[in-house]
Amino acid sequence: MPKEAKKEVIIAQELAKKQREISISEFFTKNRHLLGFDNPLRALLMTVKEAVDNSLDACNEAKILPDIHVELKKITEERFKVIVEDNGPGIVKEQIPRIFAKLLYGSKFHRLRMSRGQQGIGISASVLYSQLSTGKASVILSKIHPKKPAHYYELKIDTAKNEPLIVKDEIKDWSHKDHGTRIEIELDAKYQKGKQSVDEFLKQVAIVNPYVKITYITPENEKIEFPRVTNELPIEAKEIMPHPYGLELGTLIRMLAETSARSVQGLLTSEFSRIGSGTAKEMCEKAGLKPDQKPHSLTAEQAEKLFRSMQEVKVIAPPTDCLSPIGAELLEKGLRKEIPADFYVTTSRSPVVYRGFPFTIEVGIAYGGSLEKESQVKLMRFANRVPLLYQQGACAITEAVTGISWKPYGLNQSGSNIPTGPAAIVIHMASVWVPFTSEAKDAIAHYDEIIKEIKLALQECGRKLNAYINKHVRAQEQREKIDLFEKYIPELANALSNLTSDKKEVLEEKLKKLLKKELPTLEAENGAKEQSK
Amino acid sequence: MAQKNKASEKLKELGEGVVKDIEKGKNPSVEVPLRALSNVKFNTKSKTLELGDKFASRYFFNVAHAKKFLQTMEIASILKKELLDTDKHEHLRGVFYMTKRTIPGTNVNLVDDQTESDKILEDLEVITGLSREELHVSANKMGSLVGNIILEDGDDIIDCSKLGRGGYSVPSIVDELNIKKVNAKYILYMEKSAIFERLVEDKFWQKNEAILVTSQGQTTRGIRRLLQRLSEEKNLPIYVLTDFDCWGFYIYSVVKYGSIALAHASEKLTIPNVKFLGITADDIIKYDLKKHLIKLNEQDLARMKQVSEYDWFKDNKGWQRQIKMMKEFGAKAEIQALSAKGISFISDKYLPDKIKNKEFLD
Repeated sequence: MPKEAKKEVIIAQELAKKQREISISEFFTKNRHLLGFDNPLRALLMTVKEAVDNSLDACNEAKILPDIHVELKKITEERFKVIVEDNGPGIVKEQIPRIFAKLLYGSKFHRLRMSRGQQGIGISASVLYSQLSTGKASVILSKIHPKKPAHYYELKIDTAKNEPLIVKDEIKDWSHKDHGTRIEIELDAKYQKGKQSVDEFLKQVAIVNPYVKITYITPENEKIEFPRVTNELPIEAKEIMPHPYGLELGTLIRMLAETSARSVQGLLTSEFSRIGSGTAKEMCEKAGLKPDQKPHSLTAEQAEKLFRSMQEVKVIAPPTDCLSPIGAELLEKGLRKEIPADFYVTTSRSPVVYRGFPFTIEVGIAYGGSLEKESQVKLMRFANRVPLLYQQGACAITEAVTGISWKPYGLNQSGSNIPTGPAAIVIHMASVWVPFTSEAKDAIAHYDEIIKEIKLALQECGRKLNAYINKHVRAQEQREKIDLFEKYIPELANALSNLTSDKKEVLEEKLKKLLKKELPTLEAENGAKEQSK
Repeated sequence: MAQKNKASEKLKELGEGVVKDIEKGKNPSVEVPLRALSNVKFNTKSKTLELGDKFASRYFFNVAHAKKFLQTMEIASILKKELLDTDKHEHLRGVFYMTKRTIPGTNVNLVDDQTESDKILEDLEVITGLSREELHVSANKMGSLVGNIILEDGDDIIDCSKLGRGGYSVPSIVDELNIKKVNAKYILYMEKSAIFERLVEDKFWQKNEAILVTSQGQTTRGIRRLLQRLSEEKNLPIYVLTDFDCWGFYIYSVVKYGSIALAHASEKLTIPNVKFLGITADDIIKYDLKKHLIKLNEQDLARMKQVSEYDWFKDNKGWQRQIKMMKEFGAKAEIQALSAKGISFISDKYLPDKIKNKEFLD
């Protein structure tokens, strides 16, 4: 090797020493906006949201009726403490540090199952944000059984290694609690009421989760109760294997490397949904592979060919029993308790599939009552029972709502804007994989299949809404008409009396009797057409 | 007085018809003859527009009709009680104000603007078969007359040759006028008061022994009736002077045959021997006025199509020729275009020549 070349190699080695893996924690500190921690208002909401999502998911899995306590303590104008306590199953001691103080740790990331948190970045991101903004550790207390002790942790994250830093690890007496978890996170934040507030978030959680009881202590020390209106827990969502149509090439390559199956055919039939041996063989043939080829032996090129052929071969839609919708009846109960109105209509559509992922759309509309008549309809978006409070304009749900002409359904609308009228609309997408537009999970991506289903659900409710408005408004109009004729009658009687010298009072009485008789034909178009003598 | 009793009696009959419906337990209604082109016929024999036999029934107990029904009865009762029975006259505007009020207990006005009460008055004319004048309602004075003619209005004697540039202001009801003395060869009726003023200044009527009449835009009923009386009683020829456009042509045809809106009054108001003097397409060519043409707009073209299809223009070769030429020009002309040939060209040359050569359109 020539001298010059040798020297270059050495430089490369030197450089390599300086290059190091950027830890995910560091990545977060630089890109907090991607996760929704870009402003103090939002940071507060995100922390409550992640904690509540976790509590509800845990209770669901353990089949416990959730009892959740949320408390916001104002420390200064710009610093708050978030306390969330549940009656869930608790967390075993060994898991606590990793769940709360390691990013991207969790059981949810690699599986296809309908759940609130999807990417598992949630609560640990709040712990990290707390640490970055206040320098404080987060406090976790968890208990798994009445006869077992409660574990108390104070945790931070080692941002370089993405590993938990245990500040305190103690056993505590939490005797009044059988089981559950309590977290306390202090962070730089801001509190406001309104559209994107913690208050609104909890109210919307209560609407789509009518089996949950939430007690909320606001920063002003006001206590708000969101009562439970059903003891019916949602049906447990089943986990499903991926369907070839929703697959990404990277996932396939990872599965080929990690699988314990000894052949490509074995991998396809055992780790995918709806692929039998015939279909598996067909996919292999199309990709120019032998079905008994070892999964680990595939080249990148072969993997890509296999990926293509998997999309081309016809495979039946995935099973849809993996979804746990709210149900029309419970959605109505939830709406009724949180949104006072005159009329409610809800629907829960049958599951369908986009890109191999089953999903179902549920819609509820509340109308009338104290809802604002002149302003835009209150739109509430949900994905897997989680309220979406940000990025309304970027969401497929909004596109579906504005893509409908609302006038035939009894609401006003200018152009293709959100309709106006005394109504609140709830739209829920339940899926094993909700396609969000970003990691902040604010808006659903625009898939035609999803938008179409939302529109169908909205139209179904819209028809019933219109029927109600028609009936209601017509009765009102009928009353107004009778009223008008009752005012016209003395005028006509007076004019006729002037013309003929008949007694005004007599004519009036007779006309009043006639009004009753003619009532059904007041609308008739009699005589409007031309006639000839 | 017999007239007034007759009108009052007719309105009473209208009311009695409605009361009869009420007594019978029927939905009260009135039959209103249609005043639209679909119900207007051109009688080729008498050369007048006549109302057909189509009518619409107006019901009280019908949401779409109720207010109009009430307006009809209310205005009928006002005409009878306030005008006919007390022998008073009122203008269209006055009738509107007598009717305009809010119906007690509602926010509904009996009439919202004058066009509503005007329409009802026209309805009442066709319902009763009486003219507006017979119902003691008059329109605004909008016309002038000048010339060697002496009129008698009650105790007043009016010499229309001694009224200066403005001339005599023609009232809307002229039946009670007495035409005492006329010294003229013909009547010139013009659409434009600007031309009237030009001719007066040029002493046209003195030099040519003519009577000049104008009404701004559409011809009022008072003018039409006066022209008709002068034609019938004094046997004076009448020549019409308008712009070269289809609106002008229609003004001529209204004086001659009657109008669509007032077809019911045709009998009284048509003057079949009226003739059109100008300005015509031939005049434009003859006097080289093409550079003063105004391009036809969409409205003009639409009106041209309508007018050319009216029965009384449809089969008239002379008129179809004029319309065809207008189409070829793609343009119309104002009569004032003649001023291009000299300010008094119209008085000194154009009119005397046309009348002398009998260049009329019929």
